[in-house]
Amino acid sequence: MGILEVKGVNKRFGGLQALGDVNLSVQENTVHAIIGPNGAGKSTLLNCLVGKLIPDTGSVMFDGNSVLGRTPHEINQMGISRVFQTPEIFGDLTVMENVMIPCFARRDGAYRMHAFETVANEATIVAEAEQILEDVNMQDKRDMHAASLSRGDKRRLEMAMCLVQQPKLLLLDEPTAGMARADTNNTIDLLKEINETRDITMCIIEHDMHVVFSLAERITVLAQGTPLVEDTPDNIKGHPKVQEAYLGQAH
Amino acid sequence: MLGLNKKDFTLLLIVVILTMLAPFILNPFPESSDLAQFNAGYPDLMQRFVIFGIFAIGFNILFGLTGYLSFGHAAFLGVGSYAAMWVFKLLGMNVLPALAISVLMSGVFAVLIGYISLRRSGIYFSILTLAFAMMSYALAYSVLATDMDGPGQQGLLQKGLTGGETGLQLTLQDPRILGTQTTETGNTPVPSLFGLEMRSSAEWAVGDWLFTFSVGYYFCAVIMLIAFYLSIRIFRSPFGMMLRAVKSNQQRMSYTGLNPKPYTLAAFVISGMYAGLAGGLMVAMDPLAGPERMFWTASGEVVLMTILGGAGTLIGPVLGAGVIKYMENIISKINSTILHEWFAFMPDGIEDAMVTMVYPFIGKGWHLTLGIMFMLVVIFLPGGLVEGGQRIARLFRRRKDKPSGGDPEHHPKPAPHVAE
Repeated sequence: MGILEVKGVNKRFGGLQALGDVNLSVQENTVHAIIGPNGAGKSTLLNCLVGKLIPDTGSVMFDGNSVLGRTPHEINQMGISRVFQTPEIFGDLTVMENVMIPCFARRDGAYRMHAFETVANEATIVAEAEQILEDVNMQDKRDMHAASLSRGDKRRLEMAMCLVQQPKLLLLDEPTAGMARADTNNTIDLLKEINETRDITMCIIEHDMHVVFSLAERITVLAQGTPLVEDTPDNIKGHPKVQEAYLGQAH
Repeated sequence: MLGLNKKDFTLLLIVVILTMLAPFILNPFPESSDLAQFNAGYPDLMQRFVIFGIFAIGFNILFGLTGYLSFGHAAFLGVGSYAAMWVFKLLGMNVLPALAISVLMSGVFAVLIGYISLRRSGIYFSILTLAFAMMSYALAYSVLATDMDGPGQQGLLQKGLTGGETGLQLTLQDPRILGTQTTETGNTPVPSLFGLEMRSSAEWAVGDWLFTFSVGYYFCAVIMLIAFYLSIRIFRSPFGMMLRAVKSNQQRMSYTGLNPKPYTLAAFVISGMYAGLAGGLMVAMDPLAGPERMFWTASGEVVLMTILGGAGTLIGPVLGAGVIKYMENIISKINSTILHEWFAFMPDGIEDAMVTMVYPFIGKGWHLTLGIMFMLVVIFLPGGLVEGGQRIARLFRRRKDKPSGGDPEHHPKPAPHVAE
C-alpha cells in the first residue's frame, strides 16, 4: 500500500478524455516520476491530486484518506505540498515573510484570527523560517522582495516554503521548465539533497529526461491519459512502448 | 512600547501630538488677516477630519491589505449613523452605548454583505458591494421610511426606521428610557459623555488668534487614536501578514494550507465596523442621520481618500481624509470676490482673465481641483502622498549622506528576467 493510491480515475473535458482509467501507486519515501508526451494528461492528473479538479470517477487515497471533494487548503493540511511550473510565491512580501506564512499555516491551521500578536514576537516561527532559509542558502536575501528574485531563487524559495511545512508528499510540476542548464542542475542537486536528508515522498512531473533519470526511483509513463508502463528508470529507458509513445506512433 | 516597535511608536506619538495640538496647528493665520479663510481649526471641520480619518483607516485595512476594492463602504457609515440615532432616541444621549451599538450593527451588516460579495473578486466584488450600498440607500430613502405605526397613530415609527429624505431626527416624544426626554428649557437633549456635552467648547484668544477647543473634537480624536493604534497592531500581526498574502497570491495561499476566505471576510467586517464607528461619531457630533450618507459618492470619497494618501500605508488614509475634507471646506469657500482681491495687483484685463481661468476650480468647482490633484498623484506618486513624503525625505537624506560618500538607501533593482 503506497502513501498515494490512485484508482480508476477518469476525467473528461467535453469530448476529450483527459484521463482514462489511471491507476498509480506512489510508495513512501521514494521519488516517483510521471512522464509522457504533451497532452498526455500529466497536469490534469496532478490537479486531481491537489483538489483543483475533481475526477469524474475513481478514487484518490492519500495516507489512508480520500482527498476527493476536499479543497486545496484542506489537502495541503493533510500533508501534500505542491511546487508549480512557474514559481507561485508571495511577490509583494519579503523572502522571510514568504517562508513564515507556511510556518503559521502548519502551526495554526487553515485560519486563525491572530490580529493582536506581533509577527516579530513569534520567536519559534522566526527561528524556523531562518533555519529553512539557511538550508536552501538564501539567508542573505531574507529582506528582499520576493518578486525581485531571479527565476532560480524564486524556485528555491517556493521549495523552501513547501519544505518548511514538512509535507509527507511533495508534488513537483515541471520544476525545471524554462530553466538554464546550470539552474536545472542546481535544482537537481537541491532535490537530491531533500530526498536524502528529509523523509519526504516526491512525485515529479517532468519533460526533461536528464532530470527524470537523475532523480527518479520509479517512473510511470502516461500517454493519451492512460498509464502505459510503470517501472524502474533502467527498464523504462529501453522499453519499446515508451519509445513508441514518444516517437508518436501511437497516434 | 504598547507592543509596537520603535518606528511605529514614533509614528503613533507624532500622530498623538498632531491631533492634540490640531486647534493650534490648523489655525496658523490671525483672525483679521486675509489668510484667515484658510484656517481649518474650527470644531466642525476638525471633527470631520478625524471622523473621516477613522473611516479611511478602516477602509485601508480591507483595500490596502487585501486589495479588495469595496465600492459600498458608505452603507456601513449609514448603518452606524442610524443605529446611533436609535440609541439616542430609545436609550439616552450618552455617546458610548450609541457608538457600541453602531459598531455592532455595522459589523452584523458587514458579515451579511461580505459573505455574499466575497464570493467574487476584482471588479465583480466592487460591483456587488456597490449594489448592496445602493440597495441600502434605496431602503433608507423610501422603503424603510414609510409610516410603520399604523394609520392614525403618532408613535416612534411614524416616519419609518430611517425618516426618509429628511433623515432621522430627535424629537421630544422619544422615550429615552435611561436619560431625560427633554431638557429643563424644553429642548431635545444633546449627545454627551456622562454629562459632558459634545458641542460645548472653550475658546482662547491670544492676540489676534482665536483657538477653539471643542469637547466633540477631542472625543473623536481620542477614538481616532485608538482606532489608529489598533490598525497598526493589525498591520504588524500575523493576521495582517495573511491579509497581504491574500492580496499577493491567493493560489499559493490555498496551496499552503490557508483558507483565504475567512481572512478576507474578517478584514471586511473589521473595516465595516470602523465605518460604523465613524457613522456613529457623525451622529454623536450632530444628531441627524440621512440616507445621503449611504449614497455611492460617499463610498467613492473614502476610496479617493485612501488612494490619495497611500493605500496600504499606515498614515496615508488619515492624510488623504484630511486633504480632501480640507479642500471640500476651504476651496469651496473661495468666491470670485476673493479671487479679484488676490489678483488685484495685476493690470485689469489680465486680472479678469486670471479670475476667469481660475474660477472653475474654486467654489463649487472644488471637485475639479480634487480631480486634477488625484490624477497627478495616481500618475506621479502611485504610493500616494506618503510616497511623496518618503521621496522628499530620501532626497534630504541623500544630500546629508553625500560627504561620507555612501548611499545605503540605493539598491539597484535587479534586471527583469526575460522568462518572466
